[in-house]
Amino acid sequence: MSQKNSYAYYPGCSAAGTSREYDISTRALCAALGLRLVDVPDWNCCGSTPAHTVDHALSAALSARNLAQSEALGLDRLITPCPSCLKNVHNAIEHMQDQHFREKVDKLTLRPLRRNHRVLSVLQVILEDVTPAGLANMVRKPLTNLKLVAYYGCLLTRPGRSMRFDDEENPTSIDRLLEAVGATMLPFPFKMECCGGSFGIPRGDVVARLGGRILSLAASTGADAVVVACPLCQMNLDTRQRQINAAGGTNIRLPVFYYTQLLGLALGLEEEKLCFDQLEVDPGPVLSRIGQAAAEEATA
Amino acid sequence: MRIGVFICHCGSNIAATVDVKKVAEAAWGMNDVVYSTDSMYTCSEPGQQAIEEAIREHKLHGVVVASCSPRMHEPTFRRTVERAGLNRYMFEMANIREHVSWIGRDKALNTLKATELVRMAVEKLRLNRVLTPKKIPATRKVLVIGGGVAGIQASLDCADAGLEVVLVEREPSIGGKMSKLDKTFPTVDCSSCILGPRMVDVAQHERITLYAYSEIDSVSGYVGNFEVNIRKKASYVDWEKCTGCGACTEKCPSRKTFDRFNEGLGATTAINIPFPQAIPKKATITAGACRQFQGKKCGVCAKFCPTGAINHEQKDEIVTVKVGAIVAATGYDLTDWTVYGEYGAGRYPDVITSLQYERMLSASGPYGGHIKRPSNGEEPKSIVFIQCVGSRDPSIGRPYCSGFCCMYTAKQAIMTKDHIPDSRSYVFYMDIRSPGKGYDEFTRRAQEEYGAQYVRGRVSQVYPRGDKMVVRGADTLLGLPVEVEADLVVLAVGGEASRDAPKLAEKLRISYDGFGFFMEGHPKLKPVETNTAGVFLAGSCQGLKDIPSSVSQGSAAAAKVMALLSRDMLESDPQTALVDIKRCIGCSKCVKVCPFGAIREQDLRGQIKAEVLEAVCQGCGLCNATCPQGAIQLSHATDNQILAEVEALLCQM
Amino acid sequence: MSDVTREPAGTGRELRLVGFLCNWCSYGGADTAGVGRFIQPTDLRIVRLPCSGRVNPLFIAKTLLYGADGVLVSGCHPRDCHYAEGNFYARRRLEVFRHLLPTLGIDPRRFEYTWVSASEGQRWQQVVSKFTEQIHSLGPAPRLPGAPELEWMQSGVNPA
Repeated sequence: MSQKNSYAYYPGCSAAGTSREYDISTRALCAALGLRLVDVPDWNCCGSTPAHTVDHALSAALSARNLAQSEALGLDRLITPCPSCLKNVHNAIEHMQDQHFREKVDKLTLRPLRRNHRVLSVLQVILEDVTPAGLANMVRKPLTNLKLVAYYGCLLTRPGRSMRFDDEENPTSIDRLLEAVGATMLPFPFKMECCGGSFGIPRGDVVARLGGRILSLAASTGADAVVVACPLCQMNLDTRQRQINAAGGTNIRLPVFYYTQLLGLALGLEEEKLCFDQLEVDPGPVLSRIGQAAAEEATA
Repeated sequence: MRIGVFICHCGSNIAATVDVKKVAEAAWGMNDVVYSTDSMYTCSEPGQQAIEEAIREHKLHGVVVASCSPRMHEPTFRRTVERAGLNRYMFEMANIREHVSWIGRDKALNTLKATELVRMAVEKLRLNRVLTPKKIPATRKVLVIGGGVAGIQASLDCADAGLEVVLVEREPSIGGKMSKLDKTFPTVDCSSCILGPRMVDVAQHERITLYAYSEIDSVSGYVGNFEVNIRKKASYVDWEKCTGCGACTEKCPSRKTFDRFNEGLGATTAINIPFPQAIPKKATITAGACRQFQGKKCGVCAKFCPTGAINHEQKDEIVTVKVGAIVAATGYDLTDWTVYGEYGAGRYPDVITSLQYERMLSASGPYGGHIKRPSNGEEPKSIVFIQCVGSRDPSIGRPYCSGFCCMYTAKQAIMTKDHIPDSRSYVFYMDIRSPGKGYDEFTRRAQEEYGAQYVRGRVSQVYPRGDKMVVRGADTLLGLPVEVEADLVVLAVGGEASRDAPKLAEKLRISYDGFGFFMEGHPKLKPVETNTAGVFLAGSCQGLKDIPSSVSQGSAAAAKVMALLSRDMLESDPQTALVDIKRCIGCSKCVKVCPFGAIREQDLRGQIKAEVLEAVCQGCGLCNATCPQGAIQLSHATDNQILAEVEALLCQM
Repeated sequence: MSDVTREPAGTGRELRLVGFLCNWCSYGGADTAGVGRFIQPTDLRIVRLPCSGRVNPLFIAKTLLYGADGVLVSGCHPRDCHYAEGNFYARRRLEVFRHLLPTLGIDPRRFEYTWVSASEGQRWQQVVSKFTEQIHSLGPAPRLPGAPELEWMQSGVNPA
């Protein structure tokens, strides 16, 4: 099996639930880009925030098991679309540098790790292995006349010492990829703000407030839509947009896309394969505008 | 040899846990000891007199005192024995206080240890030799590196005292950071009005030679006799001919050159004079911005220069000077504030540094002394100052307090109110640090008289909303997050060691700390000396300090230089390495290992032999431990002396 | 000879530890420990040198062959040398020397080198206490056959 362009793929549990469209569009996009994803066999949930707030060793063990499960694939790189999963795997690897901690984890997993994986986000692979220039060469349907703000969320690059990707406080990776396929990226100061994350369940008011700030500022920039790379961010900003409007007395209607959906669209993939219908805020009007200005210019 | 031993009680400091009399008794049995006694306070006047008397009465050749640490009183007792006619190196100390009585509880074991330490000292003393300092001639001339306020002060003081001064400045003009400031705290007097005349004094002083736009290339030699190569960087203008008329700067077509003096606030021309009061007032071409150097046809400056001073072919030039002492006054640079992505400095035009704000306030600055938002030129009404940007932050490797930011921020808040009476200033601070004469009163005035709103807490983010900047932070006194809408955000950027400070330290052979600040000889008692004889420190290169402290240190360093060069001949410490020519095989390992360049090869009737320059040797003994033949020996700490101490301890038959 | 050296016969606890300390940092650190009254084991005797780079490994070998139970060398922290780079030379020499000790028939655990600054009184206390404890756990150095009987050996100071 060729190692090059093959990656152990860990979808994370959101992919099997609330963010199916992220998983499906990621797979479709990667296939189109020639990146081969091999699912980690029998992967488990990383435990997300609840696990590490209760027990660090348990949290690390959940990620360590996934790493152990992927060893059989014989691939060097493990990739995941979800920033939270990514952070948990990085944390597990970092904490397991400590021998004492590692022994505790090994006791829980019953399977000491043998292989050192490089763990990356799908975003980083596209940015570094495909590159914006490479992407530009493959565009079938440029996303012209589409003004976007990229919202990275609080986790994607932080903490910098373990994530080691992009600028910790001012990331530009999503902007660079989407600009390469013709979209107009607007500056967005809140690109690293917290959306409230998993507070959505116990404290809906917190998410309404934090999410409201992000969406209001996004709307004030004149963007057509928000682009994200995190299942939790997408859920908070999209599915809760009505609650946010109700709480803040606003009337914002901004579709919240995964960057994989938009890149897929630009590469000419069918809209159905990219699951735009799974979004709560109807993206139809925005999507129909793509390329219009160019068309108008052509007719003019 | 006749040795006398004195065991000190130090009141009860030693006597409480060491049987002093027993130690003194035991000393009677040691080799060559002809006299032994105990005394209550050996370092007191009667104590010292007792030693002098014993030396005369018992015809002693050497003395051992067992008392406190030699780091405390070795110089004292050396003078004592010298007064009684002995050579000061015929003296040894046993440290039975810090190393025995104060750290051990068992009196019997302490007494044994004290006795053994005395025996070690006696055995070492038996091998001591009379050492005499060498006289070396000194050049009565001083090099001052750095033309900021500390270097200017040191230069003027030395020159007024009659010494020849060579002042080297890296930038095209002297003046340093102070020349960029609009006003100074806590008196709010005009910075250039008080510094300007001093700069002129430098230029006009008959005993000061100024090399601006120059750097130190290399340093060799030793105290009293340094030889320094100064690199005069090519300015592409013949400064002998340049009159500073400024015709070239008016005509230069390359008008978007980064303005270093104005911290990038506004642009300048490729050929420029940094500021109107510059000393020397000469033009310099920034090669990177000059059209001529980019291969385009230009030469406009040459065409308009009335004296024909422009020379695009000019090369760097090396000048060699001989000096007796060196003062390093290289100052500081601003910490890199762009690492704080959350403040958006460098991304948002309305987020500026404190030094840029000074240039904005300055009447001779690019904004003509008007506070304006760089984004749209409007007058800001709400200004936020963020303190501790690049200070007290271990996460960026700057855990120290820069010391002056609290004060200049208070000054800037006051200035802001003076310039724009209907403005409002907010200061986010961690702690207000204002120790100094009139300092705390000054920060209170900023709050109470000028209404600056001080908010205790860190800022988490600065971002634009509409055409305003929103500053989000915590008010830790209220325990609440706060947001301030600002027109202008000023970052109170801290300082760090001047760029390339470690490189200069290595040329000067002085130590520097983990941050690149030069190490003083002693943090309390030798604040301007270094551990390299003849090299002194002034100003922020030793650690960040404000203007009054920098000036004080400039004068202090000058005083040290004057004391050193007040004599025509210098005495060198004779505790140096010595080469036994017969044993030296000329391998030159010692030459390579010496950190001070104090050993050189000499040709002795066709054979290579090592030779120690006694004035340069600092007495570390690296060469001694390296020499495969044992031919080079450190006086006063020879192999035999060290082993004698070990044998005294382990090999008493 | 007085009887002072025989005094602590009853205690019989001390071993022969020799320290080579640089004057500027570690000797000062030991002074600072004294000023702070940081109580330490009394076994160690300190030889004051200008720099840890002054230490010839042969000093250590001789000291151990003369019968010392342990040797400790301490200098300024790396980059903090009074003589700019003396402790770097010390570090290189002493590290190599440590590996040679077994060929001399000496347990390398009887030799340590470390860095203590003039302000680190507490650290000096820890270094001395730990090193003394380490040597005590090794016990007195084995006597080399044919070595002369020395005075302190009969004094009862050393349990050997």
